[in-house]
Amino acid sequence: MAEAHPVGFQWVMEAKARGATVIHVDPRFTRTSAVADLHVPFRAGTDIAFLGGLINYVLTEGKDFREYVTTFTNAADIVGEDFVDTEDMAGIFSGYNAETGRYDPISWQLEGVEYEAPAAGMRDHWEPELREQSEEQSEQQSEQQSEQREHHAAMASDTAGGAGDAAHATASPQRDETLQHPRCVYQVLKRHYARYTPEAVSQVCGMGVDEFLAVARAITENSRRDRTTAWVYSVGWTHHSVGAQYIRGAAILQTLLGNMGRPGGGILALRGHASIQGSTDVPTLYDLLPGYIPMPNAHLHDSLQSFLDADAAKTGFWGNMDAYMVSLLKAWWGDAATAENDFAFDYMPRLTGDHGTYGIVRDQIDRKTFGYFVVGENPAVGHANGKMQRLGLANLDWLVVRDMQMIETATFWKDGPEIETGELRTEDIGTEVFFLPCANHTEKAGTFTNTQRLLQWRREAVHPPGDARSELHFYFHLGKRIREKLAGSTEDRDRPILDLTWDYPTFGVHEEPDPESVLAEINGYDADGNHLSSYTQLEADGSTTAGCWIYTGVYQDGVNQADRRRPGSEQDWVAAEWGWAWPANRRTLYNRASADAAGRPWSERKAYVWWDAEQGKWTGHDIPDFEATKPPTYVPEEGATRQDALAGTDAFIMQTDGKAWLYAPAGLADGPMPTHYEPVESPVANLLHEQQDNPALERIDRAWNRINPAMSEVYPYTFLTYRLTEHHTAGGMSRFLGYLSELQPEFFCEVSPALAQERNLEHLGWATLISARTAIEARVLVTERMKPLRIGDQVVHQIGLPYHWGSNGLSVGDPANDLLGVVMDPNVHIQESKVATCDIQPGRRPRGPALLEFVESYRRKAGVEPGGIT
Amino acid sequence: MSDANPAEMPERARIDHDAVKPRRGGGKRGEQLQVPEAEFRSYYGRPIIKAPVWKNPDVPLYLFLGGLAGSSSVLAAMAGVTGRPTLRRAGRIGAAAGALGGTVFLVHDLHRPRRFLHMLRVFKPTSPLSVGTWILSPFATFAAATAATEVTGWFRRTGDVTGVAAAALGPALATYTAVLFSNTAVPTWHEAHRHLPVLFGSSAAVAGGGFGLVFASVRDNEPAQRLAIAGACTELAIEKKMEHDLGLLADVYEKGRARTLMTASKTCLVAGALGALVGRRRRWSAALSGLALMAGSALTRFGVFDAGIASANDPAHIVVPQRERIARRQASTQTSTTPPDRAFA
Amino acid sequence: MTNLFDAFSGAATSLSGPLPDPTTDAGWSGDHPKRVGFFTDTSVCIGCKACEVACKEWNLVPDDGTDASDLYRLTGMSYDNTGDLGASTWRHVAFIEDVRPHGTATTGHLPSGLPALGGAPPRDAATAPPDGGTVDLLALLPDGGAHGQQTPDDERDVRWLMSSDVCKHCTHAGCLDVCPTGALFRTEYGTVVVQDDICNGCGYCVPSCPYGVIDVRESDGGAHKCTLCYDRLGEGLEPACAKACPTNSIQFGDLDELQATADARLAELHGRGVEEARLYGRDPDDGVGGDGAFFLLLDEPEVYGLPPDPIVTTRDLPEMWRNAALTAVGLGAAVVAAFFTGGRGK
Repeated sequence: MAEAHPVGFQWVMEAKARGATVIHVDPRFTRTSAVADLHVPFRAGTDIAFLGGLINYVLTEGKDFREYVTTFTNAADIVGEDFVDTEDMAGIFSGYNAETGRYDPISWQLEGVEYEAPAAGMRDHWEPELREQSEEQSEQQSEQQSEQREHHAAMASDTAGGAGDAAHATASPQRDETLQHPRCVYQVLKRHYARYTPEAVSQVCGMGVDEFLAVARAITENSRRDRTTAWVYSVGWTHHSVGAQYIRGAAILQTLLGNMGRPGGGILALRGHASIQGSTDVPTLYDLLPGYIPMPNAHLHDSLQSFLDADAAKTGFWGNMDAYMVSLLKAWWGDAATAENDFAFDYMPRLTGDHGTYGIVRDQIDRKTFGYFVVGENPAVGHANGKMQRLGLANLDWLVVRDMQMIETATFWKDGPEIETGELRTEDIGTEVFFLPCANHTEKAGTFTNTQRLLQWRREAVHPPGDARSELHFYFHLGKRIREKLAGSTEDRDRPILDLTWDYPTFGVHEEPDPESVLAEINGYDADGNHLSSYTQLEADGSTTAGCWIYTGVYQDGVNQADRRRPGSEQDWVAAEWGWAWPANRRTLYNRASADAAGRPWSERKAYVWWDAEQGKWTGHDIPDFEATKPPTYVPEEGATRQDALAGTDAFIMQTDGKAWLYAPAGLADGPMPTHYEPVESPVANLLHEQQDNPALERIDRAWNRINPAMSEVYPYTFLTYRLTEHHTAGGMSRFLGYLSELQPEFFCEVSPALAQERNLEHLGWATLISARTAIEARVLVTERMKPLRIGDQVVHQIGLPYHWGSNGLSVGDPANDLLGVVMDPNVHIQESKVATCDIQPGRRPRGPALLEFVESYRRKAGVEPGGIT
Repeated sequence: MSDANPAEMPERARIDHDAVKPRRGGGKRGEQLQVPEAEFRSYYGRPIIKAPVWKNPDVPLYLFLGGLAGSSSVLAAMAGVTGRPTLRRAGRIGAAAGALGGTVFLVHDLHRPRRFLHMLRVFKPTSPLSVGTWILSPFATFAAATAATEVTGWFRRTGDVTGVAAAALGPALATYTAVLFSNTAVPTWHEAHRHLPVLFGSSAAVAGGGFGLVFASVRDNEPAQRLAIAGACTELAIEKKMEHDLGLLADVYEKGRARTLMTASKTCLVAGALGALVGRRRRWSAALSGLALMAGSALTRFGVFDAGIASANDPAHIVVPQRERIARRQASTQTSTTPPDRAFA
Repeated sequence: MTNLFDAFSGAATSLSGPLPDPTTDAGWSGDHPKRVGFFTDTSVCIGCKACEVACKEWNLVPDDGTDASDLYRLTGMSYDNTGDLGASTWRHVAFIEDVRPHGTATTGHLPSGLPALGGAPPRDAATAPPDGGTVDLLALLPDGGAHGQQTPDDERDVRWLMSSDVCKHCTHAGCLDVCPTGALFRTEYGTVVVQDDICNGCGYCVPSCPYGVIDVRESDGGAHKCTLCYDRLGEGLEPACAKACPTNSIQFGDLDELQATADARLAELHGRGVEEARLYGRDPDDGVGGDGAFFLLLDEPEVYGLPPDPIVTTRDLPEMWRNAALTAVGLGAAVVAAFFTGGRGK
């Protein structure tokens, strides 16, 4: 965190100064480790073994916060009889289809729970089969249909934890409050993690038993009524073929310890750059609409109703998805969205398949996708498997790159590595590249949304230089020009664009759109055009608008709430008047859990939100994340829907059952509970389960994306990629600046003295790193901060690779990401880029075509299918 | 697959100020350290203080010429009084030439020569360079005037007066440069602040005497001979004592270019002195001895200069003596083994 | 007399020892602002180098490429690619990888096994600190794979020390004392600043700094160093580096308050058993009369590239002048003597 988020790290240091214990669990000894109370080095890609070990420690030692667990979690729920755990199936859950390589989670359901018709999530994968079904439908009998639909329901798994995974479960499952029932979640969990003993963790992760126990004791002793523990993670957790399950592991642990919804608790995701949180709230993700509403599917959702039936939950706050969705449609198409035309639901784009970034690049190479906007990214350097990225770019008709610098993605056609090797020839590349200079964050106004969901308004400090413009300016005027071209068109297909509300006021000579007007649209209006103050005001009848329902309230009373800057010194410790946090300016989500079942604070020290019996409402330091007047004693009557179906103790109000899920009966593509699988490219065998790697992971098996065999003698070393404080991601904002480049002037790899000895690597000398994708060269930094680890009977060496470099700028070097292949987490299609294998040899890499032959020779040795671009 | 180019390894293995700033030469420790590495700690063996940015040969030459001018001016004055016209003439010209030449080198040494006159903005007794400038400026004026009258034969009386004025400043000009060097953080220079004045003073005597031997007639050159020989003996003696007293810090005189220069210097001094002793009465041998002596004087300045650069670049020269100083202080004050700062715990 | 010098040179009158108010000593009237400075607490430094960048940005200091021909090369000194303070580097973050046998004391051997500047062969990088066992263990490793071997690093602790160095703004500043032009002067805040329009690049200040801070920039010939953001102080702003420091490792303020803060922090750390913590430059009785910018270090000063016991060179100046004067008289006398010993030769 100190490395990649030094500014945010100041709060960790402040906590430390106040007596907090800071533990850093990381394969590398980083700047964070330098100031942490304890650094625990371990093997990259074994986090679930580590987290599972902690869960096992909590359960076997009985360290769980029992009252919290029984009150707020689904620990007491009974799992259906059909469920078979990895314990009993060689590391695979029931419902696995070896042919498709996917799970049918129908068997994971809780007992006594009905499923509704198709939910959000993995529909894109099932899309071909679904099309068949819709064709066969006539022949099908209704019961078969419903059965079929039920299965799709169970496939449910939403990419970003949105409506989808909350959508399925209805009614109340059978529970055993004593947690004794052999099939109750608590017992299932206990059995599942029984083998994750401290010794097993030590074996798998390469950390000492005592180190592990030190961490286990620290977090359990610091998690109780008057103490809470927080977990902070970054892409070191998400960039794995089981990334989503890493986070699930932390969620289970934090829920067992009662650290959710309480001050000083939680799981904080440090995003890759400023406002990545914002870009998932108002998403740049292909399968989400603003506010985590799932994207409709082209073949399943031909009407608004069918979409809502599929994705809207009956109970919990997702039960109001109709209001959120209609308000969104009204915000986008205004008067053109009427009850008669389904509120222009047909204008809404649809999913037709996997449009994740790697899926798109694959389609580019296959000439299925012809145009590409690259904005604020540098895939040629920053994305896994750079060759794959550049081949995609080379197969386009047109490419728009908006950046502050002439990044590698804009110049791949003349100086990319493939040009050097002869794999690509400039004259053969038909891609027309448009490079447009853009304004940076100090040159435009707008919001940053941080990991705490805090929106902070940014003012324009200086005007952008020359032709540089803000993204808002670019897209607004692009839209205007397209609309001008389409003006007067009678084609139905042009209606969605022509009917858009595209009327933002502009100012200045460059006609910069007013970003506050956009924020106001996102906030939403009522029928009379007044700014809304809460998402609870949203209606499904088309009388309200909201560009992103969770942001409703950010422009309350026509005031830019995100622009509030009252210093922390002038308000209480929650500092509710600095910026604005979604939803409804709540600083901690699910904070009803900070009080016990009766609504009393768990302790004075950790009092946050509580039930005030006299006033008959919830009150406290933060804004209660609960219906203000719903008493703790409230019990929903039979058949109640939406939030009314949640009891006064159901703190997790977005869930259909209002409970925190220790066991996820649906919503995940690779199992209801995190299980340790080795990274696809691992130097060792899975010591915990027979199944080596995630059985449900996604692969792209092409010549340009070969994968190193596991336990390969040819690619014997683990490497991990990461960022340095001195540079920014793919380098567009740092490698071109002297002040930053001089601080980390060259691409280097970090190796341990032992590995240096083993491979004759010289400090500051050159090393060549080889994978089945390519070979790159880097300077060698020999450092004791890299520790060889003992795994079973072998020593695993880990190599550190900062990935900032490319061929352009002041400080240049090979891109570390070129070394990576692409295998993906099935839930979110994120690549496994934080752990892979390679070989390392002293000296510089071959140049030109010789490089290809060099890589091929390794492929042959390793038994990897040879062959170049196809 | 090993087309590594080991050639660039050592170069890369250093933060190469040496490549950038030649004056930072001798960044290579190992070879330089008297003490084994383990006996002191440092930051990657990097220099702790900055070596002087003074130019070579400008500054050493300035020291030599200043010394030459200083002693020559006195020689000239005395020769005038005692009626040794050729020695007087030689001294006056030597003084003028040395002062003017020295001034040229001094100005050229500045990294912003156009601002030489800024030296005269202030008079700072804490700055030897300031003091030196205030000595050099009048001296150069007097010496030049004196030489002018000597050469032209005009205003002889005035010449005698200015000659005496120059002679009054001469010795100061010859010795202040010792303070210029020792009043730095360069260990080998600073710790020699008791020796350098004598070393530079005697070196000046050698230069002036040598100059006299070269240009004065056999009839007039005896005082120059005596001065030169006395100077040479003193210089050799004090140089030896300095190296002895410096201890560890003297290692810079025992290796590298400084050693070569100092050896050459001693050779010239001995040869010149002996030559002067036996060959004063023959014009040619007197001249040769004079040249040797002047060379010896100059070489001393170059040697001391180089030794200082090496000393500044060697962290051991900073750490080891200062550690010893701390140890002595603690031993005397009977405090704990913690550094003095710990008193503020 | 000295006051006369002060009037137009700004030279300090006292050359060493404790000096409560160097500002007045330098000739400012009594009602000048309080002396300000930096307290750099290296125990909370995360080595982000924001101070280095903020300093260069604010003071328009060129990146080192302006002077160096081989910019954008790794130094191999951990994450420190700056090297040292200089004319174009007014803040320098040092990185020390301190490796010790498990549970041994701080002091004793060189930090980390990395090669010294231009020195030890890179292979040394793979050798251990003098705790003996490591090399043997490594020797056991068979080629091409380390199967069945104990990992050698298990028995070693790694400490990564980071420290942001800066001009010390000494109570007795050698650079200021020796400056012959008055370009260097003591500001009303008690700090030491170079006036670039006066400096003639004589370079005398460079070897006179006991910390190796000030240097001449080759591109413009002038001497440059930290000004403690003199221009910002005038506007009531804190220096750029302190402003940018995310963990408050660099603290700016009135010197007396900083000293109190530092003493408390040191006591706290010692209370927590961090015995190796010590203050550096805090002691007004030290060789420079105490620093305006002082530090809390976690190891010996020389490990950070700082002199363990600096002394302002001008402390010995009076004696030097005395020696020089006596020698001058001696020289004069020698010359005179040369004319009268033994009478006229024939």
